[in-house]
Amino acid sequence: MTEKYNMPDERGHFGPYGGMFVAETLMEPIQELNTAYQYFIKDPEFLAELDDDLRHYVGRPSPLYHAQRWSRELGGAQIYLKREDLNHTGAHKVNNTIGQALLAKRMGKTRIIAETGAGQHGVATATVAARLGLECVVYMGSVDVARQSLNVYRMKLLGATVVPVESGSKTLKDALNEALRDWVTNVDNTFYIIGTVAGPHPYPAMVRDFQAIIGRESKEQCLEMTGRLPDALVACVGGGSNAIGLFYPFIDDTSVKMYGVEAAGDGVETGRHSAPLCAGRPGVLHGNRTYLIEDDDGEIIETHSISAGLDYPGVGPEHAWLKDTGRAQYVNITDEEALVGFHTLTELEGIIPALETSHAIAYAAKLAPTMDKDQTIIINVSGRGDKDILTLAQREGIEL
Amino acid sequence: MSRLTVKFEELAKTGRKALIPFITAGDPEPGFTVPMMHAMVEAGVDIIELGVPFSDPMADGPVIQKASERALAHHMSLRKVLMLVAEFRRKDEQTPVVLMGYLNPIEAMGYEDFANAAQRVGVDGVLTVDLPPEEAVECVGLLKSRDIDPIFLLAPNSSEERIRLMSEAGSGYLYYVSLKGVTGAGHLDTANVKEKLDVIRANTGLPVGIGFGVKDAQTAKTVSSIGDGVVVGSALISKIEAHLDDPTQAKTEIVELLKSMRQAMDS
Repeated sequence: MTEKYNMPDERGHFGPYGGMFVAETLMEPIQELNTAYQYFIKDPEFLAELDDDLRHYVGRPSPLYHAQRWSRELGGAQIYLKREDLNHTGAHKVNNTIGQALLAKRMGKTRIIAETGAGQHGVATATVAARLGLECVVYMGSVDVARQSLNVYRMKLLGATVVPVESGSKTLKDALNEALRDWVTNVDNTFYIIGTVAGPHPYPAMVRDFQAIIGRESKEQCLEMTGRLPDALVACVGGGSNAIGLFYPFIDDTSVKMYGVEAAGDGVETGRHSAPLCAGRPGVLHGNRTYLIEDDDGEIIETHSISAGLDYPGVGPEHAWLKDTGRAQYVNITDEEALVGFHTLTELEGIIPALETSHAIAYAAKLAPTMDKDQTIIINVSGRGDKDILTLAQREGIEL
Repeated sequence: MSRLTVKFEELAKTGRKALIPFITAGDPEPGFTVPMMHAMVEAGVDIIELGVPFSDPMADGPVIQKASERALAHHMSLRKVLMLVAEFRRKDEQTPVVLMGYLNPIEAMGYEDFANAAQRVGVDGVLTVDLPPEEAVECVGLLKSRDIDPIFLLAPNSSEERIRLMSEAGSGYLYYVSLKGVTGAGHLDTANVKEKLDVIRANTGLPVGIGFGVKDAQTAKTVSSIGDGVVVGSALISKIEAHLDDPTQAKTEIVELLKSMRQAMDS
C-alpha cells in the first residue's frame, strides 16, 4: 500500500459502506453537524481546548503498561495494555463525548441526547453535559437498565434523565432508534452525541477522529518503550469505537496486524451472538451500510452477549471496510471465554477489566502464545470492570 | 405513464384532492390487509400506502411501531407484502399502491429482484424512508425503468436545493412531512404548512401529498386545501390497536373515518 489511507469520501463512504441513510428531517442537522465538524477539527482554538480537557479533565495520556506477569505466563509475545480504563469515568468513551460536547457548545445547542448500552457512554455523556451545564437525556434499553443499574444511578446523580426504552429487543439498538426519534423531533436545539463509530456520516469519521488519540499515544509510547512498532493490536468490537481509535493511526503501518474481537455470546454457531463481521452480512441500519445480524428478510435479529456494550447487531462501517480489504481481521470470543479473560487479568495483573474488554483479553491470550517473545501486542483496555461486578456475582451465584 | 401520474391528472381535472390512507401490511394479522384495502377503495380513497414492517422503524412513533411489531409477530416480510399486493390486484387493477418502509428489507432482497417483483405484482410507487436521493441512484434507476415511481419525503427543514433534488429523483408525487418528528406526533400548524408549500411548489411540478398530523375530517379538509393529497396513517392504525380483539370493528371504524374525510375534502 503506497497510497495513504484516506477514508471516508466526502459523503461518508468507506467503499460500499457508511453513507447517510436517514429520513429527510435528519439530513439538514447531519449536514449542519458535518459542516461544523469539518471546520472545528481544523480550528486551532477548538483543538487546544480539546487537548486541554483531555489532559486535565480526562487524565490523558493514559499509560501503556507492560503486563509482564501475564506475558510470562502465556510464554509468547509481550503484552502491553493501553489503559483507557484509567480515564475519568472509567472508559474510552469520554474521549469522544468531550469532543462532541465542545462541538455542541460551539454550535449553540442547549440539549444533549445519547443512547447507551452498558451505560459507559451514557455516563461519559452525562458527565460532560453536567460540566457544561447542558440538559441531558439518555436513552437506554430497559434490559440494559436492569443489568447496569449502577451506571443508571451514576447518570441520574450527574443530572441526566435516563429514559428506559421498551420497544423491540429493549437493548442498545432500540435505544439508538429512540434517540433518533427524539432528534428528529427536537432537531433545532438538540445535539445527538452518538457513542460509537456508527450512525450516519459524519459520526463514524468524527467519533473515530476523537478516539484516534488512543492509537496516536499508543504508537508513541510503544516506540519509546520498545523502540519499534507493535506487531499486533487487539481490541473488542461492538460498534467499534475503541478498536478504531487504536487501529486508525496504524492503518498505513502494514507490519502491524489488527484484530477486532466480536462477542460470540453462546457461540457463533448457536445463532445467539453479537458478531456481525464474523457471521452477518451487509445491510442498512441506523444511517449507514455495514455488516448486520439479520434474517433472510432483512429484519434485524436480537443479539446476545454477556456484555451490554457489545450487544449490538451492527458495527461501524469502517470496520466493514477494513474486514473486506483484509487490513484488519475480525475474530470472536464467547461469554465463557470472556469471563476467563476477566479473571485472568484481575488475578495476574490486578486490573479489573470491563466485560467488553475481557473479550479482547481472552483473544490476546490465544494469540500471544503463537508469537515470539520479542514480539509485542497492544490490547486496548477500553474500560474498567466495576460496572460489571453485580452481573458477575449474579452469574457466579454469589450474593453481595 | 404510471398509474400514480394518471390518478393525479384525473383528480386535477375534477378539482379533487387525493385521499391516501396508510396501513401496515399484516397488521393485526395478514388476512386483514387485502379486504381492508378493498374496503378503503370503496370508502373513496385514491391511493393506498402499504407499510412494509421493519424491526427497527426509526422514523415512526409508537402507533406505527406497534403495528410493525404485530405484523412481524405474524412473520410478515417484504416478500409477503408483495404477495398481498398481487392478491389485491386480482380484484383491483386501478387503485395505485405505494409501498412505504425502510431500506434494509429491500437491500436483503436485492434491488433488482425487488424491482422486478414489484413490477410483476403491480406496485406503483416505492417510498423508502431512510433512502435519501443521494444514496438512491441505483434503486431509482431500476424502479423508473419499470414504471414504478420512487417517492421521496420532504421535511419542514428541506432546503430549496434539496426540494429540487427530490423533484428530479422522484416521480409520481412528493410526500411532505408537515412536522419535525415521528409519525403520529403533534398537530398541524396550517399557516406554516401553507408557507412551506409555496416554497415547494416553486421548486417542483410534482403533486404534493401532505402527511403527519392528519387525524380527522377537519384536518383532512384543511390539508387538502393546501396540498394535492392527504396522507392519513396513525389515526387509522389507532383503530386497529383499539380493537385488537375485534378487527371487524376496526375495519368499520376505519371505513367510517375515511368516508368522513372524503366527504369533508370534497365539500
